[in-house]
Amino acid sequence: MNFWKTCKGYACLLGMFAGVLFLGLGVWQGQHEDIWKKAVMICLECIGIG
Amino acid sequence: MKKLRLGVQLIFTIVTNGYVYGFLQGKIYQGNLKYVCVPGLNCYSCPGAVGSCPLGALQALLNQRGFQVPFGALGFLFLFGSFLGRFVCGWLCPFGLVQDLLHKIPLFRKRKRLPFHRVLKYGKYVVLVLLVFVGSSFLFGGFAKFPAFCKFLCPSGTLLGALPLLGSNEVLRSQAGGLFFWKLGVLLFLLLLSVKVYRPFCQYLCPLGAIYGWFNRFSLVQIHWEEERCTSCGACERACPVGLAVEEISRSPECIRCGRCVGACPGKCLHFSAIVRREQEQPGGRDNCTEINNS
Repeated sequence: MNFWKTCKGYACLLGMFAGVLFLGLGVWQGQHEDIWKKAVMICLECIGIG
Repeated sequence: MKKLRLGVQLIFTIVTNGYVYGFLQGKIYQGNLKYVCVPGLNCYSCPGAVGSCPLGALQALLNQRGFQVPFGALGFLFLFGSFLGRFVCGWLCPFGLVQDLLHKIPLFRKRKRLPFHRVLKYGKYVVLVLLVFVGSSFLFGGFAKFPAFCKFLCPSGTLLGALPLLGSNEVLRSQAGGLFFWKLGVLLFLLLLSVKVYRPFCQYLCPLGAIYGWFNRFSLVQIHWEEERCTSCGACERACPVGLAVEEISRSPECIRCGRCVGACPGKCLHFSAIVRREQEQPGGRDNCTEINNS
């Protein structure tokens, strides 16, 4: 029995479920605000200055 | 297929970097769309970027004081990966598009891979662990942590963020120093190498590709190979820009789902599909899978 042939669909669903769950947890912990705060300020490290 | 992919790449790059005012004024977008991560490597300090970079978001969360699991960024990565796998790399990443266009320049004899590819391909995992995770969490401890991959390596940040911003903002330009020139050197090296070798950053250094590659085995979007109809002509392997064998197509973490194999197969044995699995099994023990053929 090929493991991936059998479980591919379930692994995909699990991955999507984990993604939604993680997003929810991130929002619950306020991490979306941390992402936004970083994204709306010029990242000096990213542009080679900081 | 080639023209379709190029069109999708161009449109997606323009849409996700469409804040024209930022390019003109040397500023970045500060609206609510930046709560959302785009799937590809797209520096959020690009003046035109309207979304956040998933790697930048991941590192920003790892930079927080005290260790917290970066659920916010992992959520986006898991969703994009589970749906698309490295289809993101082949169709939606702006820096991937840049490398594709450079590789079309008719200079030098083209190579699919660098020498020692079998070892070098693990470089992206080294970058992921050392720069993204360790570097952003522990290595540079203290109060002011920073995104180590973005700071020392990311060529997308230099090309899409640094050059446009420094070009239009005199204050920032006056502060450019050794770090900027290091990053500029890395960028120029990769761009030149892209002319000869196919997507060297994607194959050997991109931590985002390393993450999405893990999802290739079971992502919703796949390239399905009808093995029973295949005549082993090798057309798909010759067409594959990263040099994969037919049995590796779509499953390998190196496959960027560019679709060249689909277009090259004379027997139409390869096609994009989204596998939807039904719960009931057919008699004989075979699962009843519904395939939605999209090409």
